[in-house]
Formats: sequence, C-alpha cells, structure tokens
Amino acid sequence: MRKLLMAAALAAGLGAGWVGAEARTVRWAASGDPNTMDPHSQNVGTVTMVLQQIYDPLISRDQNLGLAPGLATRWEQVEPNRWRFWLRDGVKFHEGQAFTADDVVFTVVRAQQQTSNYAIYVDTIDRAVQVEPLVVDIITRVPDPILPNKIASILIMSRAWAEQHNATRPQNTRAREEMFTTRNTNGTGAFRLQSREPDVRTVMARNNDWWGWSQPASREANVTEIVYRPISSDATRIAALLSGEVDFVLDPPLQDLNRLRQAQGIRVVEGPEVRTIFIAMDVFRDELLYSDVRGRNPLKDLRVRQALYHAIDINAIHRTTMRGQSVVTGTFFPPQVNGYTQSEDVRLPYDQARARALLAEAGYPNGFEITLDCPNNRYINDEQICQAIVAMWARVGVRARLNSMPLAPFFAKIQRDDTSIYLLGWGVPTLDALYSFQSLLRSRDGGQGNGIWNYGRYSNPRMDALIDIMVNQSGEARNAAIREALRIYREDVPHIPLHHQMIPWAMRANLQIPHMANNQPYFRWARVN
Amino acid sequence: MAAAVKRFFDSDLWWSFTRSPVTVLSAIVALVCILGALFAPWIAPHNPFDLASLNLIDAFKPPAWEEEGVAEYVLGTDDQGRDVLSAIMYGARVSLIVGISATLFATFVGVSLGLLAGYAGGHVDSVLMRICDVQLTFPSILVALLVDGITRAALPREVHDQIALFVVIFAIGISEWPKFARTVRGSTLVERNKEYVQAARVIGVPSARIMVSHVLPNVVGPVLVVATLNLGLAILSEATLSFLGVGVPPTQPSLGTLIRIGNDFLFSGEWWITIFPGIALIAMVLSVNLLGDWLRDALNPKLR
Repeated sequence: MRKLLMAAALAAGLGAGWVGAEARTVRWAASGDPNTMDPHSQNVGTVTMVLQQIYDPLISRDQNLGLAPGLATRWEQVEPNRWRFWLRDGVKFHEGQAFTADDVVFTVVRAQQQTSNYAIYVDTIDRAVQVEPLVVDIITRVPDPILPNKIASILIMSRAWAEQHNATRPQNTRAREEMFTTRNTNGTGAFRLQSREPDVRTVMARNNDWWGWSQPASREANVTEIVYRPISSDATRIAALLSGEVDFVLDPPLQDLNRLRQAQGIRVVEGPEVRTIFIAMDVFRDELLYSDVRGRNPLKDLRVRQALYHAIDINAIHRTTMRGQSVVTGTFFPPQVNGYTQSEDVRLPYDQARARALLAEAGYPNGFEITLDCPNNRYINDEQICQAIVAMWARVGVRARLNSMPLAPFFAKIQRDDTSIYLLGWGVPTLDALYSFQSLLRSRDGGQGNGIWNYGRYSNPRMDALIDIMVNQSGEARNAAIREALRIYREDVPHIPLHHQMIPWAMRANLQIPHMANNQPYFRWARVN
Repeated sequence: MAAAVKRFFDSDLWWSFTRSPVTVLSAIVALVCILGALFAPWIAPHNPFDLASLNLIDAFKPPAWEEEGVAEYVLGTDDQGRDVLSAIMYGARVSLIVGISATLFATFVGVSLGLLAGYAGGHVDSVLMRICDVQLTFPSILVALLVDGITRAALPREVHDQIALFVVIFAIGISEWPKFARTVRGSTLVERNKEYVQAARVIGVPSARIMVSHVLPNVVGPVLVVATLNLGLAILSEATLSFLGVGVPPTQPSLGTLIRIGNDFLFSGEWWITIFPGIALIAMVLSVNLLGDWLRDALNPKLR
C-alpha cells in the first residue's frame, strides 16, 4: 500500500514536471518517405527534409536561404585555393562524441566516395586538413568562389561513429544496399532521431543540447517532437489535416487548396520553390531500352526531341493539372538562381502540326513507342502531369507507356540508367546555375559531381567547356559562359522543361513555421501556440 | 428448343420470378449493367483508352445537368478529360470479367473438392474440410491480398503487369472456394446413400463417373445459389483490391480503380469522378445479390 502511494506521488510529481516543459508535438505528413537516413547517399529533397533536422552543415541557411553560421562560426578564403573554417566549440553529437575538425575532414572524404550522391557539392575540393582541433582548411583544386554555398548542403557526420558502424562510405542506394546508416543517425542537429519505421513513421525528439537554441531565430521555437508520416493518398492526407490527425502537410494537393483556405483553423502559406520540373531523354544509347524502334535511338535526333517538346500544351497543364500553381518555363532553373537569363527562358511553342511534321521528317511518320518513367509521390501532381503528357504525345502519334512508381524504386531505376525518358524535378540548393549545369548536363567523365544526375547521358563538348569555365572563372567570363550554355540548352533540347513549382504548405493555424523556397521545413524555427 | 423454352416459362421458377417486382427490377438493372459492359466498345460514347482522343481542356467537366456541364459528357469528365460514363462502362467490363471468372474458378475448385470429400469420406474428407476450416477463419479479402502480395514479390514487375488480371482472378477465386466445397459436400453426403447411387455402385460404375454424372446433377441447385451470391462478393473483392491499388493494373481500370482515382477529388468538389463509379458498383452488386436471394428462395421447396 505504501509502495502504491509512493508510486502515485511520484507519478503526480512527474506529471507536474511535464507541464512545466510542455510537450509540443508537430505531426507532419507528406506524400513520400525518405528512401534512406544516410546523409550522403541520396541528394533528394524528401531525404534532406528529414535529415536537416538531425544533422548540421558547416554553414547553415537563414530564412531567406542566405548563408548563416552553422557548425562553423566564421569562414574565409585565406588563399585563392584555400578556405578556412573556424568551428563552434563545445558541440556534441547526439551520441556524445565531441565535434572536431577531424569530423569535417572525414565528412568531406565520405562525400567524395564513389557511392556518394553529394559529390557535386565537393567537386572542386582537393582535401580538407585540420589546422587546429577547431580550425579546418578546405583546399580546392581551382579557386572556388561558391564553395560556402556548396558546403552548406553537406551534413557533418562523426568519424568515430561512422567507423564504429562500418559506414565510412555512403550507402549504395542504386544497388539497394542496406547498411547501418540506412536506418540510424547521429548528428549534431536540433532534433535527434528517436524511431524510424520506413514508410510508416519517423519520430524526432528535440535535442536540448543543440548549440543553436539561443540564436534569435530559434529563441521562440518550442517544438519538442516531430512525428513524420508519409501519406501517399491525396484525399487521406487532407482528411488527416482537416480532422486534426496531422498538424502540417508539406504538399497539400492543389485541388484542395480552395477548400483548405476556407477551412477553420487551417492556414495555407504559399510561395515559389527553387525547383524546375522537366522531362529528360536518353540521348546516348544506340537503341532505346523500352521502345519498338530497333537499331536506332529516335531521341538522339534533335527533330524528335523538338517534336516531343512542340506536342506539349504546357498552358493546359498549368491551368488544369497544376490549377495555376506553377510558373511555366523554357529553361531549367528559376529566376532566384544566379545566372538566370530572361532572354533564354523561351519555350518551343505548342504546335501539334509542327510536331507531326518534325516526326515525319525524322523518319517516324507513324510515331513510335516509348516508356515514360515517372515518380508518383515526389513532385506536385507528378503522375497527373505524366498522364497528361502521355495523352498529348499520343495525339501526335508517339505511343508512350506510362510507368509510374513511388520515389524509392523510381530513383533507383533512373540512377541505374535504366530509363529512356523520365520526369525529374531539380532544386538548386546552392542558388547558382553551375549546380544545375554540372549535375544535369556535364558529360560523365568521372570528375567529382560531373553529370551525377545526367541519366540521359547528354554530352556536348562545347557545353562541357562552358561548364569548366563556370567552375574555374568568375566575373563576366563566367556570366558569359552561363548565357551561352543556356542558349545551347535551348537549342539542343536535352530536356523538355515544363515549369517551376509553386509550393503551398498547409498547417494548423496554431503552428508557425517560415515558408522556405527550398521546400524544407525547419522545425528549429517553428512555434506551436 | 421451343419445348424447352415453353417448359421454362411454365416452370415454378418463372412463376415466382414474375410474382416478385424487386427481382424483376434487379434483373433489369443487372441486365443493363451486363449489356453495357459487354458492348462497351460499341455503345460507349468515348473510348477512354484512346489517349489521342483525350484533351486536357475537357478535364473536370461536371455532369451534363450541372451549370458548366456539356451534353457530350453526360456524367462529366475526370482529371485527364476522360468521359466518366465511358470509363464506367469499360471499368464494369473489367469488374465483371474478374468477378465471373473468379466465381467460375472458385466453383470449379470448390465443387470438385466438395464432391470428392463428400463421396470419398474418411481421411480425404477430414483433410479437405480441415483445410476449409482453416481458410474460413481468414477473411477472404486477406487471403486475396496475401496471394497478390506473394506474386508481386515473386515476379518481376513487367511480368506481373502482364498477368495481373489472372493473378486477381486466382486470388479472389482461391479465397472463395471453401463455401462451395462446404455446400457440395453437405449435399453429396445426403445423395451418396440414396438408392440410385447404391445401384450404380452395385453394377460397377467407376466412382469418378458416379460423382460426375449421378451425384453432381443433384447437388447443382445449391451451387447455383452460392455462385450467384458469390458473384456479387467477388466483384466487391475486386473493387476493394483495386481501391487499395493492388488489383488490376492501372492500364485496365476497373470500377474500384475509378473510385480510388476519384477519391482524391472528393474534397475539392469534383464529386462526380468517384460517386458515379460508386453508384454503378452498388447497382451491379445489389442487383446480383437480390437475384441470388430470390434464386435461393425459389429453389427451396420448404418456402413454396
């Protein structure tokens, strides 16, 4: 009996304690689930939106996507080829390891491994060296003026932890490898991974020891727990928000925005995203993989690519499929990105007759068969866009079979080059054109980051030369190279650009979180009232 | 032939049919559904599979009687500009093919095993009936999901897409056979001790022949009832599987697939995309079930 009384008293005491430090849980939903927890294996927004809560980069982003101190308190280009970073003192990883310069050295090497999908951010780096325990130098092969912008996307891991768990190189997602980092994390970030069930639930708990809670932007933040749930069905996701089952939906379906705006206690925040949706084509193989054309690859013929472009009624997609929530474009990165050139943002017009004529000219008067690979839970209305495009191509005689699938198998498939033509969305975290050019259009010659997402294997020596100028030079020479490369992009049609995404976020009215143009919610700045 | 037709119209069955307005109504509804599905390629106003005929401009048109509706699309259009009425007719076709094939498959398996169990008795009977018992403890939709999941994991995606329709038929059929086996076994147990069976056995007719040509015709009545009632269930199972996204391939949308697609637009006011396929499904299943109910009563001498 006394024991019971004591237990009751204890419980009451604990209860009182909890009221003091009130649990503020944000239940968050989006359509897709991250396909790994490894910080350098998949350069995909769905993955980073979770991992950036857990891991910190050397340089963070502020609410306008500007650079802000992260694990480095300051940085400086001490020599043309040498950047110096002064690291934050007293930072600990979630499992207790102290953060030092050695962890930065380790992370840079890890991000440069063969299996890394983040090589694009460390492509110019020769090596990182520890100067003092809390000072690290990054030595580049060529002067790299935008290194801080790139390093802001590299999440820092602990060397001791990675070595202990045999995770010194990133997981090979392409080969569907499974390793310790697939399900486990150890960052320095504002939240720690508490539990993870892939495709079901990912729970993160506030890391009270995080260095940044005292910073102005986070002082008011009070989220103690994040519960992320992927809900692929549009209707179910919105029903969950309306019924109070979730608090925050990153990708509310466009058809429901009007209803959500009128709903009591729900807030919709809108803005443009730095992300462009396009269709990329295999212009490398001599025979397409999933087609009825034997012995040649129709997509290698510029006229066929132009025909597929002319056949797309982008305004119909903008109006009907996207319900006005897109910015139609003729190029592959939006105006927020350095290097954007208005005069090169011109589409081939929608013209079915011209498309048919071009196909006939290229030797396909009766069209041909092809398979369009498309994700169905990655971008806004991705599958519906693909369905609409397949129908538009059908009208000019190109019989496309739609192969739509969830993001995990989709990315694994295209990353094996196992595709003829596919829909992709490309965000630009560095806010500089080079990132897009180098990842998507540079020939794959083994150089760090070159053509790392160029699964159509487009290759043009002039384009490569211009991209090298963008890497090596600055000022007007660089700008001129970007302009010329954009013109080549428009003339060569390696992609069929569609639109820049608009990203509405829907949330309970009592949740305050800054809307970010990189479509990443930062819960370290979130407040629940 | 004429005599047979006359005999049918003179029968008790026809008499009880004409006396039940509900049954006549459901027979008409069922007939409309079946004919509409059967002749869809010829009578549907549009071909929803002809991608070249789709136009995004026509997407989200409400039914003809609504303010922005157009007469060309009586029940409106979906998010890709497909005519909802045509999609329903083609979808009903897939639903009916799967429903009927699955029921025939279940009937074949169930009747064969039921006959065997009832006629052979002993260990054969025990083993078969215990299998039935075990399977009856699982909801049939769970068995169907299991079969579908296993084939999906075992076969490469391309192969699976090609044979998906057969997988669904097999999955639903295999989950429904115990009902048939139970029914047939019961009737067979009664029949096998009757004099005509004993007589056949005495003159040395082989067991297989006795089962098929003597016992089977006498147990077929209850099977007919179970099969009719089961048809409705099979159509529903298919719709459920397709609604969950594991049924027929998306290139051959059934009613369940249409309801699933339309479900995404339920909150946004485009109700017709999901409601009409739903109504078609209800009409089809309800009419078939009412027919089955009537058949059960009509064939039951105790209720006459």
